Amino acid sequence: MKNFFSWKKPMLVAATAALALSLSACGGTAGSPAPTATSDLPYKVADNVSISGSPTFDTIKSSGKVRIGVKQDQPGLGFKDAATGEYSGFDIEIAKWIAASLGISKDKIEFKPIPSANRESAITNGDIDYYVGTYSITDKRKQLIDFAGPYFVTGQGLLVKKDNSTINSEKDLSGKNVCSATGSTPIQNIKANFPGTKTTEFDTYSQCVEALKSGQVDAVTTDQAILLGYASQEPDTLKVVGQPFTVEKYGVGLKKGDTALRQFINKMFTDGGTVWQKLYDQSLGQSGTKVQQPAVENY
Amino acid sequence: MNTLLNNSDLFITGFRNTLILFFFAAIFALILGTVVATLRVSPVPAMRAAATLYVNVVRNTPLTLVLFFFALGYPKLGLVPIDFMTAAIIGLSLYTATYVAEAVRSGINTVPVGQAEAARAIGLPFTQTLTLVILPQAFRAVIPPMFSVFIALLKNTTVAAGFSVFEAGAIRANLSERGEPAMAGLLWVALVFIALVFILSAAQRKLEQKWKVDR
Repeated sequence: MKNFFSWKKPMLVAATAALALSLSACGGTAGSPAPTATSDLPYKVADNVSISGSPTFDTIKSSGKVRIGVKQDQPGLGFKDAATGEYSGFDIEIAKWIAASLGISKDKIEFKPIPSANRESAITNGDIDYYVGTYSITDKRKQLIDFAGPYFVTGQGLLVKKDNSTINSEKDLSGKNVCSATGSTPIQNIKANFPGTKTTEFDTYSQCVEALKSGQVDAVTTDQAILLGYASQEPDTLKVVGQPFTVEKYGVGLKKGDTALRQFINKMFTDGGTVWQKLYDQSLGQSGTKVQQPAVENY
Repeated sequence: MNTLLNNSDLFITGFRNTLILFFFAAIFALILGTVVATLRVSPVPAMRAAATLYVNVVRNTPLTLVLFFFALGYPKLGLVPIDFMTAAIIGLSLYTATYVAEAVRSGINTVPVGQAEAARAIGLPFTQTLTLVILPQAFRAVIPPMFSVFIALLKNTTVAAGFSVFEAGAIRANLSERGEPAMAGLLWVALVFIALVFILSAAQRKLEQKWKVDR
């Protein structure tokens, strides 16, 4: 009897300790693997926001939700997981940040995937409240819509197969076959400024990447940020070469004439340097690149 | 109007390539389609089976898939390399030929059996019965459906824009990147298509009048 008790007591203590340990371990793992959880976001959903003279903000406020135009096929920037329906990427994070500053919580955001060619009409028709998705600020587009930002600066780059040693920069493109999306700015640039380069155009960049992998084309060209997204997906087969040879400034597309909202977002970018850096490091920065936040243009 | 004038390079090259696609695909489809139609009414069972299989397989495949095969699948077979324009012409021709074949076959069915029997009675072999007696009558019976097929082909050429052929279907994407209003661009493309279809319709009316059968 005596022996039994002396044997059982330490056992009980050990069991209790193990239970306590496993419980606390449980709590620990539940908290840590979700850096995107609300508690970990570098910003808070704002209360009592008021922007006078912004028709877009009035719409958002009265409906209580925000409709954001995004890309769904660009890994690292704007990407929709086909299985879960979750959006991820740097552009998505910027879009959520803007929504939070406007006082809209995450569950009130409606993402609408809109391809490049339809962006201006989606904004002018009011299908979306704003657009965040590798949207280059250009003078021509400024005539149709307004841009807040830029929030990111990149430029045209080149993606080649990992074992390719003949293309090291845009100077090596002569006689090569370069692929990009149908009618995109990068392909128009190649046609105009790189004579002697063959061009191939498919509907999407992913088709170009497929053609690159199967050897039908020698390089894929578009904004380097987009290419880094593909390279980070398949680092064993693809690589980005050279330095960006154009300048593309990504802005937030807004309805033309909504100056109040544009200034509000610009101020948010200007004041939110640390937030920007954290959002970048959590998304596109995973590819190993270090960049600075660009200065906002208050044109 | 500015959209059209400032980007006339896009519109001219785009529609030129559309017309090239249409012209060659129409000719090849007409020839191949007629051959297939005659095979489908030929007395040899193997020929009939082969033609029926071709029509049913290709006609039931979406055009996008047919072009997808020629643009991305064919090069992987390691045969003679072809450029995207040629690939698009081949794809469009093979696809349209099935519709031409069915139109011609319906025309052949309108020719009274007595015509073929009379031809055979005067000693004409199958090929001559077909080319001298039946097909000429068949063709003039099917002018309206045949032109519908060609009008569809003209518009189908725009699918090739997704496979690296710069034609009318690619104009909008180019314009959008140049920051031109999408609506104006689309309207101009639509307007040129309407004009082209109008020309085809006029040709159809002319042929109908010329080959009119008095019944």
